[in-house]
Amino acid sequence: MALWRSDTRPALIRYSLTFALFLSSTACTGSPWNNPYPASDEGRNILYSSFEERPKHLDPAQSYSSNEVAFTGQIYEPPLQYHYLLRPYTLIPLTATEVPHASYFDAQHRLLPDSAPVDRIAYSVYEIHITPGIRYQPHPAFAKGAEGRYRYHELSAGELQRVHTLADFPETDTRELLAEDYVYQIKRLAHPRLSSPIFGLMSEYIVGLREYGAVLEKAQAEAGRNGPAAYLDLTRYPLEGAVAVDRYTYRITVRGKYPQLVYWLAMPFFAPMPPEVDRFYSQPGLAQKNITLDWYPVGTGPYMLTVNNPNRQMVLERNPNFHGERYPTEGESGDRAAGLLTDAGKPLPFVDKAVYSLEKETIPYWNKFLQGYYDATGISSDSFDQAVRISGEGEVALTDQMETKGIRLVTSVETSSFYLGFNMLDPVVGGYAERAGKLRQAISIAFDDEEFISIFRNGRGTAAQGPIPPGIFGYVEGRNGINPYVYDWVDGRPRRKPIDEAKRLLAEAGYPNGRDATGKALVLHFDVTTGGPEDKFHFDWIRKQFAKLNLELEIRDTDYNRFQDKMQSGAVQLFQWGWNADYPDPENFLFLLYGPNAKVGKNGENAANYHNPEFDRLFERVKNMDNSPERQGLINQMVEIARHDAPWGWGYHPKQFTLHHAWYKNAKPNLMANNTLKYRRVEPRLRAQLRAAWNHPKVWPVAVALAIPIALVLPALIRHIRRERGAA
Amino acid sequence: MTAYLIRRVLYAIPILIGVNLLTFVLFFVVNSPDNMARVHLGVKHVTPEAMAKWKRERGYDKPLVWNAAAEGVGTLSQTIFFEKSLSLFAFDFGRADDGRDIGSDIRERMWPSLAIAVPVFLIGILIEITFAMVLAFLRGTYVDLWGVVLCVILLSISSLFYIIGGQYLIGKLLNLTPISGYDTGLAAAKFIILPVVVGVVSGIGASTRLYRTIFLEEINKDYIRTARAKGLSEVRVLFHHALKNAMIPILTGVVVIIPALFLGSLILESFFGIPGLGSYTIDGIRSQDFAIVRAMVFLGSALYIVGLMLTDLSYTVVDPRVRLS
Repeated sequence: MALWRSDTRPALIRYSLTFALFLSSTACTGSPWNNPYPASDEGRNILYSSFEERPKHLDPAQSYSSNEVAFTGQIYEPPLQYHYLLRPYTLIPLTATEVPHASYFDAQHRLLPDSAPVDRIAYSVYEIHITPGIRYQPHPAFAKGAEGRYRYHELSAGELQRVHTLADFPETDTRELLAEDYVYQIKRLAHPRLSSPIFGLMSEYIVGLREYGAVLEKAQAEAGRNGPAAYLDLTRYPLEGAVAVDRYTYRITVRGKYPQLVYWLAMPFFAPMPPEVDRFYSQPGLAQKNITLDWYPVGTGPYMLTVNNPNRQMVLERNPNFHGERYPTEGESGDRAAGLLTDAGKPLPFVDKAVYSLEKETIPYWNKFLQGYYDATGISSDSFDQAVRISGEGEVALTDQMETKGIRLVTSVETSSFYLGFNMLDPVVGGYAERAGKLRQAISIAFDDEEFISIFRNGRGTAAQGPIPPGIFGYVEGRNGINPYVYDWVDGRPRRKPIDEAKRLLAEAGYPNGRDATGKALVLHFDVTTGGPEDKFHFDWIRKQFAKLNLELEIRDTDYNRFQDKMQSGAVQLFQWGWNADYPDPENFLFLLYGPNAKVGKNGENAANYHNPEFDRLFERVKNMDNSPERQGLINQMVEIARHDAPWGWGYHPKQFTLHHAWYKNAKPNLMANNTLKYRRVEPRLRAQLRAAWNHPKVWPVAVALAIPIALVLPALIRHIRRERGAA
Repeated sequence: MTAYLIRRVLYAIPILIGVNLLTFVLFFVVNSPDNMARVHLGVKHVTPEAMAKWKRERGYDKPLVWNAAAEGVGTLSQTIFFEKSLSLFAFDFGRADDGRDIGSDIRERMWPSLAIAVPVFLIGILIEITFAMVLAFLRGTYVDLWGVVLCVILLSISSLFYIIGGQYLIGKLLNLTPISGYDTGLAAAKFIILPVVVGVVSGIGASTRLYRTIFLEEINKDYIRTARAKGLSEVRVLFHHALKNAMIPILTGVVVIIPALFLGSLILESFFGIPGLGSYTIDGIRSQDFAIVRAMVFLGSALYIVGLMLTDLSYTVVDPRVRLS
C-alpha cells in the first residue's frame, strides 16, 4: 500500500518539476542561487542597503528618526543642505538660491543693524529665494482632466475599489515648486492630526505658530463632524510667521534672535508640501488602504519612492523630473587622495535605483554583506573580531579575510555624547557645595571611560573631555582641550589621573575610604535599563569602577518606561544618558546643561538638572552668536564651569565604523547630511563578477546528507524483510 | 451538531472578552499612555503638550477602564478599554499608532506567514509520520535505537540554533539559497526553501517521538495481533491497519494548530526577514503599539478557539463513535 493516494502523485510530480525548473532557471541565468535579488537586476546600476525596522513616518512633518530620514532625505528637498565633503559642516543652498541671512527688527518692527545687541532684537526675518524651474516627481495628485480639474481629487467609491497602491492610478503629472509649498509645510507642523515632534520647539520661535496650532485644533474639531480624517485646507488659515512673498520667495519670522534656524532649514521638516498633494491624500477611503502621505512621499529630490512595502522592501528610483545637481568640486585635504573628488563636477545622482530590504537581525545582514548582497555595513559586536583587528598601539586595521575581499573601512567620530549623569537635585551626589563637586570629580576619575570603550565598544569611541564632541565648533583639541579635573597631559596625550587622586578628592568630600563621618559605607544608586542578559557584565564593570573608591553601588535595574518616569520626576541618583546632535552647533550640546532646560519640572533635555547661573548667563549669550573667537572664548568659560561642577562624568563620543565593498564609491561619512544617496556610486560589473566568484553553489553535501540515512536504514530494512519472508 | 457549534461560539465571547481584558491589563501595567506617546514622538523635544495632543488624537486621553467623570453607561463606555475593545468583535482592528490600517496589514501579511507555515506543517507531518513509522517498523533494531537518540538530540536543540545554523550552512557555506529575504509570487520560492527546511528539521524530534509512541501503542493492540495471526505482512499490518487508527490522535492533535498557521512564527520570520504576522506581532511589542498587540492577541485567541472547535469536529469525522451534542 502506498503512503499517499495515487491521485496525489501528479501533484507531487508537478511540484518536483516546478522546483527543478526553478533550480535550472537560476542556474541558466548565471545568477548565484543564493542571490536574494531578481536575476534580471544583475549588473544594473543599483545600490543595495537595508533597514532594521519599518519606518513609522515618511511625512516630513513627522519623520525624525534616522531610519525615516534615510528615505525622506532623498525625496524631499528643504531649502538648504550640508556640503558633502567640507568639514566643519557647512550649509549650502539646495533649492534656495543662497543661504539666507537674517534681518533683525525691534519690537516696533524697525530694521536693526546686524550688530544690534540681542536684547534689542524682537524679531528675526529670514527671506528665502528658491530656484525657479524645479519640478516635483510625477504623481497622480497633480494629474488634471480636460477641464483643468484634478483628476483624482474626488474619487468615487468605484474608483477607490480599484485602487490598492499608488501605482494603480494610471495618470500622473507634475508642477513647478513654489514658495507657497514651503509655507504650507511650515503650517503643517502645527496640524493637530500630525503631532510633529518639533512643533513644541518651533512654536517658541516662529511667530504665531503656537496660536496657529490652537486655531487648527478648533477648525479640526469643527471639520471632524464630517469624519475623523476630514480635510483641513491650510491655505485658508494664514500664519503670521511664514508667508509667501512672491512665486519664488517666502519669509519666516522668528521671535528674538535664533541663528540655529538655518540648520533646521536643512531638515525635511522644512521641505515643501504642495497643498493639492495633501488634499489628494486626505480623501476618505485611501487611508483604509494605507495610501497616505505618511507612506507615499512626494518631493522634488533626486529619488522617488516607487516600492513602499515597509514590511519587506523599499525602493527608491531616479526622479525623472530632478532639477539636476553636480558632485562637489572641493573637499577637505586628503579627499582627493582618497578618491573622493574623482567624480567632481559630474551630474548627480549616480545610482539609478536603491533597494532597501528589511533586515531585522544582524547575523543574516552581516553574512549577506560578505556574500556581496549589501554594498556597505556597520559592524555589530558579534562580527567585530571577524572584521577588524586592533593592534597594541590602538591602530585599527581590517582582518585578512576582509582585505582579501577588497573590503574597505571608514571611521569617523560621531557628533554624539554618552555620559554618566549625576542628578544635581540629589542630596548626596547633587548640589553645588565644594564637597559634592569633589565627590563627583572623584567618581569621574574612577569611572574609566577608556576601559569601557575598549571592553564594551571594541575601541569604537573616544573619551570625552567636555560636552562638545569633535567636529563641532567649540571643541578644543590637544593639551588645551583636556579636562584638567580628570586628566593630565602626559607624553602628548591625555592620561586619566591616578586613582589615588580620586581617593584624595573623596576624602576631602567627607568620605575617606568611602565611608562617611559615622563610619558607614557610602551607598550610591545607579539606575539602568536592561537590554538583555549580556548587560550583567556591563553592570559588574560599573560596580568595579566604584569599588576602586570603596564605594558601594546598588544597581537599580528597571524597564525603559519606568526609567523615563524616574528621570522625569528626578528619582534617580546616577544614570547613563546620551545625546545625538540635531545640527552642528555647540548650542545643541551646551543646552543640555542649561538650567531652564532641566528635566525635572521643565521637561527639558538637561537630564542632570544642572543649574549654574553663570553657565546659564553665558549660554544665553553664546546661543545667539555667530561662530567667532569671542564665541569660542565664552564656550571655553562655560566648559570650564561645567568641568569644575562635574554634573556629568563626561563619558565618550562613539566612533562609527563602516565597511564597504570595493565597488562602492564616494563613501565619506557625513553625520549631519541625510541626503547623501545622490553622491554614492557603484560599479555594477565588478560587483556582479565578485558575487559570482563568492557564491558558487555546492550541491554534493546535500546529496551526501540525503544518502547517509538511506544507507544506514537500508541494511536493517533488508534484514527485516528477509526475516519476514523466511517466517512466511 | 449545529446547536453544539452555536453553544461553542457563544462560549467564545466571554473567553475573548477575558483575553482582551487580560491583554489590556498586562499591557498597561508596564506601559502608560504617556510612555506610548513618548515612544512614538521620539525622545527629543517632546513637550507635555505634544504628548497630550498625541494621546487625544488616538483616544488615549481617557481613563483606562472606569470613567468617574462620566455618568450612567458612560462610566464604562467612555474608557480606553471599551473604545479599543468593542470594534474587535466586528474584526475591525482599527489603526496602528503609526496610522496604518491594521486589518489591511493583517490581510497583506498573512500570505507570507502561510507561505512558510503551510509547507512546514504539511512536509513536517509527512516526514515525521514516515520517520516514526520507519522506527516503529524497525523497532528493536539499531535504527530504532539511534533514531530515538537522534530525536532526543534534535528536540534538545534551541530553534534559534537551527535558524542560525541553517542560514550559515545552507545559505552561506553551500550557497544554495538566500540567507534571508522574501519576494512575491513565484519568486518567493527561493526564499521559502530555507525557512521551510529549518522549520521542518526543528520539529522532527519531538513529533517523531510522539508519533512513534502512538504507533507502538497501536501495534500492540489486539486487532493488530489478530491481523498478524491472519498472516498479513508486517507492511500491510502497519500501513493498512495501524496507520489508520494511529491517525486519530495524530489528526486531532494537529487540527488544533491549523488556524494558528495564519499567525506565523515569531522567531523564524524575524530571522528570515519574512514579512508575516509573526514579525508583525514582534514589531508591535517592540514599538509598544497597543493597537497591534491587542489585535494580534485577539486574532490568535479567536483562531485558537476555531482550532479547538475544528478538533472537536475532527473527532466525529475520524472516530464514528464520537457524537457532538
